[in-house]
Amino acid sequence: MIGYRAQRRIRGAALSFALVLVVVYTIFPYYWAIVSSFRTGQQMFDVSLVPSFNLAHYRALLGDTVFVGSLWNSVIVASSTTVISLALALGAAYALGRLSFPQRRLILMGVLVISMFPQVVVLTGMFELVRWFGLYNRVGSLIFAYLIFTLPFTIWVLTSFIQEFPRELEEAAIMDGCSHWRILTRILLPLMGPAMASTGLLAFIAAWNEFLFALTFILTDDSRTVPVAIGLISGSSRYEFPFGPVMAASVIVTVPLIALVLIFQRKIVAGLTSGAVKG
Amino acid sequence: MSSRLAARERRAAWQFLAPCMAALTLVALWPLGRTLYFSLTDATLDDPANFDLIGLQNYIDIATDPDWWNAVGNTLFFTAVSVAIETVFGLGVALLLNTAIPGRGVLRAAILIPWSIPVVVSAKIWQWMLHDQFGILNRILIDLGLVEHGIAWVAEPGLVMWVVIFVDVWITTPFMVLLILAGLQMIPAEIHEAALVDGVPWWKRFWSITLPMLRPAIGVAVLFRALDAVRMFDLSYILAGNGVRTMTISIYARNQLFGVQEVGLGSAASTWVFFLVGIVAVIIIATVRIDKRSAG
Amino acid sequence: MASVALRSVRKSFGPVDVIRGIDLDVADGEFVAIVGPSGCGKSTLLRMIAGLTDLTAGDVSIDGVSMLDVPASKRGIAIVFQSYALYPHMTAGRNIGFALETAGIAKAAIREKVTRIAAMLKIDHLLDRRPRELSGGQRQRVAIGRALVREPKVFLFDEPLSNLDADLRTEMRVEIARLHDELKATMIYVTHDQVEATTLADRIVILKDGHVEQIGTPKELYCRPANRFVAGFIGSPRMNFASVGSGGLALPIGSEPVAAIGVRPEAVVVQPRPGDLSARGRLVRVEDLGHEQLLYVALESGAANALPWTVRLAAGQPVPPPNEPVALGWSPAAMHRFDAEGRRIGGAAS
Repeated sequence: MIGYRAQRRIRGAALSFALVLVVVYTIFPYYWAIVSSFRTGQQMFDVSLVPSFNLAHYRALLGDTVFVGSLWNSVIVASSTTVISLALALGAAYALGRLSFPQRRLILMGVLVISMFPQVVVLTGMFELVRWFGLYNRVGSLIFAYLIFTLPFTIWVLTSFIQEFPRELEEAAIMDGCSHWRILTRILLPLMGPAMASTGLLAFIAAWNEFLFALTFILTDDSRTVPVAIGLISGSSRYEFPFGPVMAASVIVTVPLIALVLIFQRKIVAGLTSGAVKG
Repeated sequence: MSSRLAARERRAAWQFLAPCMAALTLVALWPLGRTLYFSLTDATLDDPANFDLIGLQNYIDIATDPDWWNAVGNTLFFTAVSVAIETVFGLGVALLLNTAIPGRGVLRAAILIPWSIPVVVSAKIWQWMLHDQFGILNRILIDLGLVEHGIAWVAEPGLVMWVVIFVDVWITTPFMVLLILAGLQMIPAEIHEAALVDGVPWWKRFWSITLPMLRPAIGVAVLFRALDAVRMFDLSYILAGNGVRTMTISIYARNQLFGVQEVGLGSAASTWVFFLVGIVAVIIIATVRIDKRSAG
Repeated sequence: MASVALRSVRKSFGPVDVIRGIDLDVADGEFVAIVGPSGCGKSTLLRMIAGLTDLTAGDVSIDGVSMLDVPASKRGIAIVFQSYALYPHMTAGRNIGFALETAGIAKAAIREKVTRIAAMLKIDHLLDRRPRELSGGQRQRVAIGRALVREPKVFLFDEPLSNLDADLRTEMRVEIARLHDELKATMIYVTHDQVEATTLADRIVILKDGHVEQIGTPKELYCRPANRFVAGFIGSPRMNFASVGSGGLALPIGSEPVAAIGVRPEAVVVQPRPGDLSARGRLVRVEDLGHEQLLYVALESGAANALPWTVRLAAGQPVPPPNEPVALGWSPAAMHRFDAEGRRIGGAAS
């Protein structure tokens, strides 16, 4: 007969073991990418888990104007998309979250449906638009096209954040003579820092990681964003494995992202789930 | 005489909405309309200005193309298997994270890594780990004496779909975990304490308290994931290109558009994708609703 | 200084009628409390006066001028909200001055005025703090300051004390009374707490299910409640009721169709005096409050689910033995009588 206390200890140990397994499963591939990114030539085939700090791949990548260019393109695309989405969505979220008008539910449903659009569905029409606007093979095409997935999502999340503010706060502002515009910009916006940060970060990540539009609307290396650039890295010869440079590029692209995500951990989780809970 | 405020509010609402609605119309509704229109034409990419309306011919062509049905089969198989695994696995990890064990903060943070990095990067990392000669997984299997030669995971026709599913599970389980965990944290602790005091065993607590109360959260998570899976493009494309074994409907549609350069045919295929996503959405939402009703 | 008039005011949200036709005149400088159970529409009524909610029908006027086309901020009205609704990202001082800031008044003038009001409310040392750094009572004062700064003609209070604990509530109640004395402003005060209403108000409006049950001074409502609802709502401990006709109650035969009677706890005595009406019951519980004792007596004639009668007994008075029969008595003049619809019959009771 096992005592209650022993039982608990066994259970605790089992849970801890499971936890360690899951942590290894989630982290190890990324760790291995880091280790591999420091290795060149024959070292690549080493199975030792300890990294050497050979920066050859990093030096090569950061000296490569095309790669640095695509990194810069990604920064421009992701941040522009984020800023535009937040600016457009904030007004819409205020209207949808706070003002009452007959078509409110209809529009919320519409926004939800648009967020379910598969990207290929708009590919033909978007391709045509991009060419009309003269944006083909330009970074601008992506900033424009990415709104299709960042906007519905930002509208949805910001709306649910705005609905959480107490109504009396707004009534007090109305009594103080505020217009709706002033309520939004002077009362709600200053209080929405955390909401804007988490929503913006999620939009940024989505734009930073996008692949299909970036693959389709951009033709040449100088306008490419990093996900596609990484997808296209190849060795200088057929027999060289490009995994060293690819891993180094992957680390460069993801380190800022992971840093942001870990710093804003709680906010991201809040944004991610607040969008879903109301769905 | 009534509703002066209401009228003012309506006007204000539309002013706030207008820019956003204009943008959504431009990036979503207009392109959607154009795709639907092109799907009824014989337009091609090299001469997009010259085309004729040909009715539903493109839809018929797609529906009689065995490659299309292969892609549909692949997509549905991928969706069903990956979402099922992610749900069970996600539920397990969420329950683990919900217990008070040391180190769960580390896991909570770690779990955000696979979710936040680009799919390209995840695909490349796993491609490298699963490399037939030098991949660490094969090296470990050989060192353990489990296999003699490295397994060509991605090149083996019978395995490649499972690799896609495996990598997808790695990438998206965190999303499941976060949504289910949010659901778990909304269950008041008193309910569990009451059951504990009543001497209800853990499996029964899980089965008749936790799971029913988690249903809405799981339903939403499954919906989001399934819709993502049905329209999946990048993972398959990066891991296996236009390979037949892993071709999804999105890859098929894009291939018609930009590979074969048949805009009409590609648009029709895209429209099929749209319908398929819609059907999956309706089925899942209906299931969740029925669940909700039967749950009381 | 202003008078407020409501004329056949109605409000419906879709098919639900929240306010079903209310007429009310509030005189210049008067303090009127609107009391009722939760969900009776009192907050909606206040918001309609303020201009935060549309009227479905009727008219609201201030000093004889219809306010229907006047936006909330131009009505000369200020509200103090239940949750205080202070702007969390602004200091107390900026909260108070925000209306002036919005109106585009010079900074120096705002500062001068805010300082003066803060001194009056004894919060001048707190002006640089954010709302979350203030206690409940201090927040309440800032909220009142925010109302004062606009020099409104009419003050509206929406359950301003219900988020405070008992001690502070008494303190703020005195504070609001002092404010009313000093400003001589018209005040409309919504609460569900009849003690607040009776201690503060010149007149009380009793609201139930969107219509007025009775309007009157606290004394009138206490002594001459128009119906059973008002009789039960005003007064603590609440009035004792008994149905007539269930037998056992010794009542003089009258011509009116009396369905129920009510007697306030302080009018009931344990030993019937000569000329008293009486009822027999059983003592079920005694609460000793120190300054007095409350006796709970289940009437013999009462139905099984009828509430026991409450009897107030001065401290030190001998208490009858528990679970023993007792006889309760009251003077006919102290008895309220109600008909089958709950309406008051006759003018008795002092």
